[in-house]
Amino acid sequence: MPSATLLGQALVSGLLAGGLYGLLALGLSLSWGLLRLVNLTHFALALLGAYLTYQLGHVLHWSPWLAAAAIVPVFFALGMGLHVVFARFRVTEFTSLLVTFGLAVILESVIQWFWTADYRRYETPWASSSIRVGPMFVPVLELFACLTATVLALSTWAWLRFTYVGKALRAAAEDAAIAGAFGVNHRRHAFMVSGVSAAYAGVAGAFIALISTLAPAQIWAWLGVVFAVVIIGGLGNPVGALLAGFLIGVSESITMAVAAPAWAPLVSFSILIGILVLRPERV
Amino acid sequence: MSERARLIVAVLTTGVVLGTLPLLGLPAFYESFLYLVFHWIALATSWSLLSGYAGYFSFGHGAFFGAGVYTTTTLAAAYGVPFLATLPVAAAVAALMSVGIGAVVFRVKRLRGELFGLLTLAITFVVATIVLNTRLDGGPGVYLSNVPLPKLVGSPTGTFYLLALGLASATVTGAYLITRARLGLGLFAIHDDEDVAEVEGVPTFAYKLVAFALSAGVAGIAGGIHAMYVSYVTVGDTFSITVPLYVVLMSVLGGARHWLGPAVGATLITLSLYTFTGGEQALLGRALIAFILILVILLLPAGVVPTVLARWRAWRPRRVEIPAATVMPLAAVAGRGSGPSAALECRDLWKSFGGIQALRGVSLTVAPGEIVGLVGPNGSGKTTLINVISGHYALDRGRITLGTTVLSEGPAHRIAGLGVSRTYQIPRPFAHFTALDNVALAASFGAARCTPGAARVEARRWLEFTGLGRRATALPHELNLHERKFLELARALAGRPRVILLDEVLSGLNPTESGGAVQLLRGIRDLGVAIVFVEHVMRAVVELCDRVVVLNEGEVIAAGTPVEAMREPRVIDVYLGKAHVGA
Repeated sequence: MPSATLLGQALVSGLLAGGLYGLLALGLSLSWGLLRLVNLTHFALALLGAYLTYQLGHVLHWSPWLAAAAIVPVFFALGMGLHVVFARFRVTEFTSLLVTFGLAVILESVIQWFWTADYRRYETPWASSSIRVGPMFVPVLELFACLTATVLALSTWAWLRFTYVGKALRAAAEDAAIAGAFGVNHRRHAFMVSGVSAAYAGVAGAFIALISTLAPAQIWAWLGVVFAVVIIGGLGNPVGALLAGFLIGVSESITMAVAAPAWAPLVSFSILIGILVLRPERV
Repeated sequence: MSERARLIVAVLTTGVVLGTLPLLGLPAFYESFLYLVFHWIALATSWSLLSGYAGYFSFGHGAFFGAGVYTTTTLAAAYGVPFLATLPVAAAVAALMSVGIGAVVFRVKRLRGELFGLLTLAITFVVATIVLNTRLDGGPGVYLSNVPLPKLVGSPTGTFYLLALGLASATVTGAYLITRARLGLGLFAIHDDEDVAEVEGVPTFAYKLVAFALSAGVAGIAGGIHAMYVSYVTVGDTFSITVPLYVVLMSVLGGARHWLGPAVGATLITLSLYTFTGGEQALLGRALIAFILILVILLLPAGVVPTVLARWRAWRPRRVEIPAATVMPLAAVAGRGSGPSAALECRDLWKSFGGIQALRGVSLTVAPGEIVGLVGPNGSGKTTLINVISGHYALDRGRITLGTTVLSEGPAHRIAGLGVSRTYQIPRPFAHFTALDNVALAASFGAARCTPGAARVEARRWLEFTGLGRRATALPHELNLHERKFLELARALAGRPRVILLDEVLSGLNPTESGGAVQLLRGIRDLGVAIVFVEHVMRAVVELCDRVVVLNEGEVIAAGTPVEAMREPRVIDVYLGKAHVGA
């Protein structure tokens, strides 16, 4: 049995990793829950955001925060552009999975074309700094990613809960035809959701660039875990996605500490399978 | 020669011709390339058995492929079992795994489409984690270079070529036979509307399990052969996203609902992947394939093979095979009914949904050759009653019998097989089936239990009987409401039922149409069929029914001849309110 400190440290790093999962899950959950589109391109966009941050920061020596600020509006526009295709061809929930898979592969090739398949690392002064809390260390960048995820999740929740657009979106997700009969312009709001979702991918990408080593194939590395997070959190539920991210992150890091790191995927996927079999109505 | 025999001969001839290639001393390079083509044909075709035909998209084909890879690897490398002997075991392990998974997940209602896909994807990761962390692999991968390869022909590549060719032709032939058999028909119906398929008599749970097991078994063999082909297996390569994604892409590209579609898709994609090998070209090729995939899905959602076939038929219309119409006199139908007629008896039926008590102790008897009208305000439990008799909902309490057989314990498909059929108030035809095939499905799965060929002859008769003879090749969306209602009726009759439950067959029809329907129902009643007739059109109820049962809030409040029942004070209360009491 590992020591209390080790478990405590596992808990902290699990929560922080979970914050990043939640951040990635946020945009995916919005487009799946509100637009009924399963958007695999989300992962590719996040990685593209990471590579762009790397390019602007490491190669052109911008401040990473400036880079992120530049990427977010560009990604918002990119997301709206993507939705033009979805709307034009009336992409359904199921075909969206295949179409966005194709887009993700294209983006992966584009990334590999520009940055090659070699590992890339964006070194910043913050990468190694951490705050000491008692016997435990809290890495600064990951803490910041986690806080950003929390702020975004809460403000997205408030946006959906209290604003007209949010209510209209939730109504349209229940029944687009009836919502339309009551004057909801779902087509226009859908562009907004798609843009917001892509912008979140950009934010997540900036943090990925700062925290981890980049390789084009990483697009597929998060796929399983983040889908587990989205489904456990409930579709279109931003706070749920964040909490589910924490749950998966902590359960993985505890497994790593107690058993071996290689067993970690078993936990998240077992949780996902359990939820799909026992509570399929959540999705 | 029939179309079926010609196609089987064509597939076999192709197989034999391709089988002689290694004897001609083809360069190993071509044999290896063709091995890959056949490998993917077998995988993609096997995937479509469940996922293409029944519409349960699996992203877990890699788990069954991987199960095959590691079964062969473990048996051959660690225990010295001869390579060919490991292949049936690989198939069995993969098939058993799929049956285990299916037995759990297919019981989950509401688990469809993309959820099944994610579930199977998650299962792949779980299997991979287990293999990685146990002695099956343990991390570094396993070498099979010491396992002897049996010599079928001169070169090892020729041997692999022949093994893959054999598996691919067997799988494609099997897929063809399944699409022409009862199993395929049932799977296609599950794809379109699983609930209706079950009520029409398709044993949906068993069919899905069989399709899943066949699909996984072929993937297991393909995995076993491939383990030997690559001769060094790792968890990373085996359980990568490649297998599940490629089989989906290949099948969707070629046409997942057609027996030949996945094979065509597999050939196209393997060929184009091959054109771009090495460095930047490979990168470009992958992007190009992804782009083609997007275009195909957006522009040809049915896939290449069905689209090309449709164009070909539009260009050179051929005689559509519809069995000749032989109109049956009603008497002939009666003589060939499904067993002795029997009375339907419902005793003290209770059913609630959450807090809503939909049926409170309903009892009802319908004799053979009797029409019992079931009337009552909206929400009184009429449709619920039909749903519990047909087995769509399980009863909370009570007992339903048909003659001496107890219905209320069986699954819906068994009840249909015993001779109970129903219509839906809003017609629910199978969307991808022609009118003829819709009716033929009921004839092959209901009490009639015709073979698929006989079912089409039978279906043609029932279409003629309901006046839809000329619409046999129309798809449901091409029919108007009146025709779709009659299609429902034809489908209910084709099962050769002893009891028919009619849910508002007349609503929405104009007076002439409904007059015709009333004539038709009298004809069916005279065949000795017991009819339960739910209807709001009172004129038809009074005209047609021998007895009427009035439901209100899940209870029987009156029963008797139509005129008697309508005079009951409680019935007048329910329909007109209580104001008349004081007046």
